[in-house]
Formats: sequence, structure tokens, C-alpha cells
Amino acid sequence: MSLLVLTLIFPLAGAIALSLFPRMPDNTARTIGAGSVGLAALVTAIVMVFWGANGGYPYIQTLWQWIAVGDFDINFSLYLDGLSITMMGVITGVGFLIHFFAAWYMVHDLEGDPGMARFFAYMNLFIVAMLLLVLGDNLLLLYLGWEGVGLCSYLLIGYYYKTPANAWAAYKAFVVTRIGDVFLAIGLFLLYTVFGTLNIQTLLHEAPQVWNQGGVMVNVAAVLLLLGACGKSAQLPLQTWLADAMAGPTPVSALIHAATMVTAGVYLIARTHGIFELAPAIQELVGVVGGLTLLIAGLAATAQTDIKRVIAYSTMSQIGYMFLALGVGAWQAAIFHLMIHAFFKSLLFLTAGSVIIACHHEQNIFKMGGLRKTLPLDYWLMVIGGAALAALPLVTAGFYSKDAILWEAVANGHGVLWLFGLVGAFITSIYTFRMIFIVFHGEQKIHAEAGRGIPHHLPLIVLGVLSTFIGALIGQPLDGVLPSGAVEDYPWIEIIFEVISSVVVLVGLGVAAALFLGKRQLITQATEGGPGRKTWLFFNSALGFDWLYDKGFVQPFLWVARGHRHDWIEAIVNVVPGLASIGNSGLSAVQDGRVRWYAMVMFAGTAVLLAVLMFG
Amino acid sequence: MTGLPIQYGMGLAALLFIAGLTGLVVRRNALFVLMCLEIMLNSTGLAFIVAGARWQAPDGQSMFILIIALAAAEAAIGLGLLLQLYKRFRTIDIDAASEMHG
Repeated sequence: MSLLVLTLIFPLAGAIALSLFPRMPDNTARTIGAGSVGLAALVTAIVMVFWGANGGYPYIQTLWQWIAVGDFDINFSLYLDGLSITMMGVITGVGFLIHFFAAWYMVHDLEGDPGMARFFAYMNLFIVAMLLLVLGDNLLLLYLGWEGVGLCSYLLIGYYYKTPANAWAAYKAFVVTRIGDVFLAIGLFLLYTVFGTLNIQTLLHEAPQVWNQGGVMVNVAAVLLLLGACGKSAQLPLQTWLADAMAGPTPVSALIHAATMVTAGVYLIARTHGIFELAPAIQELVGVVGGLTLLIAGLAATAQTDIKRVIAYSTMSQIGYMFLALGVGAWQAAIFHLMIHAFFKSLLFLTAGSVIIACHHEQNIFKMGGLRKTLPLDYWLMVIGGAALAALPLVTAGFYSKDAILWEAVANGHGVLWLFGLVGAFITSIYTFRMIFIVFHGEQKIHAEAGRGIPHHLPLIVLGVLSTFIGALIGQPLDGVLPSGAVEDYPWIEIIFEVISSVVVLVGLGVAAALFLGKRQLITQATEGGPGRKTWLFFNSALGFDWLYDKGFVQPFLWVARGHRHDWIEAIVNVVPGLASIGNSGLSAVQDGRVRWYAMVMFAGTAVLLAVLMFG
Repeated sequence: MTGLPIQYGMGLAALLFIAGLTGLVVRRNALFVLMCLEIMLNSTGLAFIVAGARWQAPDGQSMFILIIALAAAEAAIGLGLLLQLYKRFRTIDIDAASEMHG
């Protein structure tokens, strides 16, 4: 069990080695980068076995005392329970598969340019930070990991920093998530002021004794935590950064912006579920945020032309489902969907990466078309992943996780949220198969070369298998950590609702086939001009949130900043550097190297001193 | 001792000192600068001697020996510097060696 810390040490050692020797050969960098995460995954498996054999009790490993100032006492200790071990499995397991794939992908993406070691150094550092986030036993350690993953996300979005657009995308992601982080930090201050500790288990234990159900303070604390989670998980109102984050290499999108980091918000809310249960109104708000985001992101995904942006919006939408699940009290279903989503979404991203490389860095789906015959493996994997995303009944993993959420929403009396989820499922089905039909069916418009080799095939196939119903068989030891939320009293009604959502998904598939298979005349005519075109543009810009924020926040801020560039405070403040500047030029004129002048000044000074002494 | 008042001796020393100082500040020829320095040192020596004679104390004479030794060392180093200055700049104008342009 004390092996637990090794899961942090291996990737950390990898990151340090890779950053100390950035000029190492590419093959060495790939081996270290993928190998360190592989070792971490192995250790995680061992820890899982031991932990299960010991009866699955929470295990705390205290490494050292981190901060001790007066009463403020923070330990650097890791907390292992059913929730964190599930997250660890996802992070190291899926993380290793993505690193393994990246070893293939980056060779083709860099095409001989330097930067392999830099890429894997950032990726390994990300794994360390993400593990810290889920393993920290106090909120400050969680916050350290939280900021660490934000930093790695920034570095990796801007990985190709020579293109200014990528740097701006990284900047945007950093700033928008930072807004959420500030709220989270304020939330931590609030919790510490009230409880005098940041230890999560103590907090959850003491919260019901200190706070009344639905009190003001607990509502404020829950809202602050929710806003922090919204920033990291790209939920309304802080959702605008995720689509631009696709500027990073595709394995980054798979690892950070699909499987792990963006689900940190879900983890945070699940981890602090006790506080949200004391604030039912805010918990309801979590569900509403999720429901709205899943609809907005779903609509945006129907009008994208970039294959990665389609998948990015689908990620936002799926995390919306997780928030919806948290909001209706389906805690375990949320984490279950988190794991399944990590499988199929990283599959979709990696397959998209494979397609992009095969098409020589082409990302526009309308320039691809008909790749079914040249890329059969990618086609079938994309179908498996897409089916899991759309939750096709019975055979896919997504069906089991998503329907658990929808059923528990309706069973816990949240009919409106259930309707949101159902409409979202319909849209999901449309945009997923729209993408598949446009990319892989119709006439072929581009020359493509299929990827080869074990690092290309193996991660894709493993993730493909996990995206089918086999992935849904993986149990999660969440009992005792999170309330189940499951309602099993009405099995017949549950089946009726499952049939309803299955029918909706299949109808969505039919609509997508009718619109996007064949010559696509109907949809082309509808979006060519007039209101159809406007709707398309509206959806394409993700319902205009970027425009709204630009007009509402960015422009006013810049206007105020411009207005205050030459105000009277500035004038007063500028006196200090002005005086310093005058003094500088005066003194430097004196030090001109003319020794006779020095002598003169020295004697004049002495004379003045003497005069003062004699007559003063 | 003689009845020469101390003001005379001290006045001579002050005049010599000011003459040396003026030369030091005004002249640019390094050789003259060195000579002016010698004059200033000797004027202080004279001041010590006069003071020693006035109060019948040997300190003034010993200070003078010290100043002579110092002046000898100073002359040796100064002439060395002067030779180097000439070697580098082909002139003994001390302002030519100023490269700081402060």
C-alpha cells in the first residue's frame, strides 16, 4: 500500500529527466515519457489489488508536513478511497494508453522538428498534478494539483507556440479557468475560516453539525465550489475556452481536454458532496448548469467543420451530463459516466488524431469524405466510439452510464432535467453520426495513408474494446464513499424509460443518415442563405458566447484601461521614476572620468567642511 | 627659538598648497600634475615643521620624514604611470586617458 507514492514519483522523475535533458534523442524521450506513465499504471494496478484485498478501507499515506504556521497545519498526505482509486485508474490507465499513442502521433506531427522531450515532460508533469488533485487528502493539496493541471494545460495548448493563434488559445484557456480558480480559492478561505481545517474528511464530517440545511453560508460555499468546478470543466458560464483549446496536439486533447482534467470539476463536486447535500438549491443549480451546457454544446457541435471541435463540444456536452447527474443526486452514476466517457472520448480523439495524420494534417471534415475504404480501422473505431457517445442501446458502454443518469434524474423527480438530457441525447446522436457520415462516407476527396505499427493500433483497440459494453462491466468501489442515488424499486418503469431514450437515439441516427448520407442536398440548401445560414452561423459560434463575453467584459475592460492610462494617479506616480531619472543623469554626468575635475570637487568639498567646522 | 611668528610659516604653507592645487586642476600635462602634487605634499610638510617648531615637539619632524618617504613612493609610481600613459596614448595629456564619457 505504501507503494502509492510511487505513482507520483515515476511520472515526476520522467518529467524532471525530460526537462533536464531537452536535447535527448526522440526515441529516448518517447520511451521515458510513455514508460514512466506505464510504470505508474502498473503501480496503480498493484495498489488496487492490495487495497481490495485489505477490504477496501480508506488508506492515508502521510509523506511530510507541508505547512505549519500557528494553527494552520497542512500535511502532504495522500488519501485513497473508492473515489480516488477510480480516478487513479482512469488517469494512469487511459493516460498510459494516450502516452503510448502519442509516441506514434508526435513522430508524425513534429516531422523531425525538435520538441519531443518538451512534449513528454509536460505530459508527465500533467499526470503528476492530476494524481495529486485526486489523491490529496486536504483541499490545499487538491488546489495544488488543480493549478498544476491548469499550468500543464496552458503549456500544452500552446505547445506549437510559433503560431500566434495557439498562444492566444492557451492564454484564453488559462484566463477563463483562472476565473473559476479564484472562486475556488475564495471557497477554500471560507471553509478554513469556518472549520479551521482543510482536511476533506473532517470537513465532510463536521459540516452537518456546523451548518443548517440550506443555510446562507453553506449556499455561498457550495456556489464558490461550483464556480471553480465550472471553470475547470468548461461548463456554463465559463465554457468558452474548451473549443479553442483544441489548438494543442491531439493526444493532449484526448488526455487533458477529454479524459481527465476537464472532469476535475465533477470530481471536486463529488468529493465535497456533503456540502452540496446541505445546500439543495445549489445542488439543483449544478443540475441546471449541466443541463443547459449539454444542450448549448450539443447545438454548437452540430455546426462545426473542424473534426476536433466537434469532439470538443461533445466533451462539454457529456460533462454537462455528469453535472446533471451530480445535480439530481446520482453521485455514483456521475462517476461511472466519467470513467466511461474517458474511454470513448479518448478513443474518439485518438482516432481523430489518426485520421488527421492520415490526411496530412487536414482537420476540416468537409475536405475529407469517403475515408471508409482507405482507413477501415479508423472507421470502425470511430463507429464504436461514436456509438458509445450517442449511447446506442445494449452494445455500447455509453448506453449504460448515460441511461443510469437519465433514469435517476426522472426517478428523483427532476422531470425537466430528464427532458434536457433526452433532447441532448437526440442532438448527440445527430452530431456524432453527422461527423462519421461526412468523414467516412460519400466520395473521397483527399489522399489518405493509414497509420501503422503497434503504438498506433494497440491503444486504439484497447480503448475500442473498453467503449463497448465490456467497459460498462468494470465495477467501481464507490459504496460508502458516495451516496448511491440509484432507485431500483420500479424495474419495469426503468425499462420503459430506457426504451424511450433508445428510440430517441435511434431516431437521431436516422435523422443524421437522412441529412448527411448521400448528396446532402436538403441540408446544403437549408443552410445556404437566409435564416438557415444565420442559424448555422449562430450554432457554429457556440451560440455567440464569445461575442457576448467580448462585448460584455473584454471591451469594457479595455475601454476602462485605455481611459485610465493617463489619469492623475498616473501623473503622481510618475513623479518617482521622473526624479530617479533626473538624479541618474545628473550623477552620471559627474562621473565622467576627468580626474582634474574630481580633484577640484574634492577640495571644494573639503573647504566647505572646514568652513563649517571653523565658523559653524 | 627665533621670533618668526607661526602665521608667516603657515601662510607660506597655505600659499604653496593653493599654488599646487591650482596647478593640479589647471594643467593637463601629466608631468606638471606630478610636480604640483609634490608641491602640495611639501607644503603640508612645511606646515608640520612650522607647527613642530612652534610647540617644541618632535612630532612635526617625524611627520615630515613620513611625508618625504610617501612623496618618493608617489613620484616613483606616478612616473611609472606617466610612462604607461605615453606608451598607450602617445601623449601625456591626462584628459586623453578619460574614456568614461559619463
